Amino acid sequence: MLVIIDYGVGNVRSVTNAFRYIGSDITVSCNPAIIRKAAGLILPGVGASGYAMQRVTPIADIIKEQAAAGKPLLGICVGFQLLFDESHEMGVHRCLGLIKGKVIPIPQDGGLTIPHMGWNYVTFTPEMRLFKHMHEGRHFAFANSYYAQVNDPLTTTAYTEYGVLIAAAVEKGNIYGCQFHPEKSGTDGLQVLRNFVSICRERLSSC
Amino acid sequence: MLTKRIIPCLDVKDNRVVKGVNFLNLRDAGDAVELGARYSEEGADELVFLDITATIRSRKTIVELVEKVAQNVFIPFTVGGGISKADEIGLLLRSGADKCSVNTAAVSNPDLLKESAERFGSQCVVLAIDARRSRIRAGHWQVCVKAGSEPTEIDAVQWAVRAEKLGAGEILLTSMDADGTQSGYDIELTRAVAESVGIPVIASGGAGTLESLAEVLEKGKADAVLAASIFHYGTYTIKQVKDFLHQRGIPVRPI
Repeated sequence: MLVIIDYGVGNVRSVTNAFRYIGSDITVSCNPAIIRKAAGLILPGVGASGYAMQRVTPIADIIKEQAAAGKPLLGICVGFQLLFDESHEMGVHRCLGLIKGKVIPIPQDGGLTIPHMGWNYVTFTPEMRLFKHMHEGRHFAFANSYYAQVNDPLTTTAYTEYGVLIAAAVEKGNIYGCQFHPEKSGTDGLQVLRNFVSICRERLSSC
Repeated sequence: MLTKRIIPCLDVKDNRVVKGVNFLNLRDAGDAVELGARYSEEGADELVFLDITATIRSRKTIVELVEKVAQNVFIPFTVGGGISKADEIGLLLRSGADKCSVNTAAVSNPDLLKESAERFGSQCVVLAIDARRSRIRAGHWQVCVKAGSEPTEIDAVQWAVRAEKLGAGEILLTSMDADGTQSGYDIELTRAVAESVGIPVIASGGAGTLESLAEVLEKGKADAVLAASIFHYGTYTIKQVKDFLHQRGIPVRPI
């Protein structure tokens, strides 16, 4: 069973729909007992990261504890941004600190529209497990005005370009994250979710 | 590179997708759930669902329909029509919408944009503008509300600029003069708005030939094109549109 952590921020329903569509056993909860029982965790989120962090704070320790225990964790969009040390969206907010780096605004120069809204091309390295079965870059759906600057030598990063290089996805041990919305990125997005389900399954069978 | 988006639009009335000309003479175009799933599958980049009945009595049915459509739509999904409070946006987002568009209520209460952006983030707040060429001032467009039935004195370009400041994350810009005619988008209107704001603009109303789609992206500087008739009635498939735009050198997501 996978658990989508519901902390009152975000498109929980869209994420649930996508996992159900690919046939996963999925539960939506913020109950620590259920989170501890999960084979894998998904941290969704849309909106402002400061507000999201404020909402996630009551269960932050459980998430960190489970991440430290090696349980696969997938952050999506703002849930992805919360994985980093801090966010500079409307003030400076301390985040979960699972990956070294910070979340800062996409520079507005160069005449680019903000939010970074729509499908952008993502390049990844072959060893990234989220992109298994994909042999080259793919388009994924983004909706973000802030981006993560990854400063962690242990993290593998997939990138997209929007004036600057934007971290599109990260992997560090059992911690995974996507700035884009895999649940809203068509067939390729669903494949990313299937890959995450496989990662959770493989860990269970090796335990 | 960020690609230009191709967005089919479902105008929904009594659980059916309908399409009219200049907002009138509606005719049936299919089942919302089926069409939504089909467009998602066929490579559309987003889907827009507009409840054009938008009466209080129909709200509950619409939420249920949004839930059903969302179950088979794995591309960004915008829902609009008759939204008057931030709480309704919250409900629709929980029902499977990814973004919500507001129109009439934002005109009468611009703070709705601010409140919604603060609560849910700008990325899910779309301002829909129905604009009509002013018969008095050349090169100006007036905002119309209540499904286009009520013209106001508000200038469309100025309203877009103000909406961006209030927190709208995107503009869904419909030319009422062109809507449903399949005679091409209002390039001048689209360009005037796109050049005045820093948020994405979705051009709507008038999609006809493949050339008209390319034109509003190139000359109109739109970030996305919305179309209904040409897709519902099978004039073009999403793939034909994308192949054409790709050959023109316009970046699109390959299918």
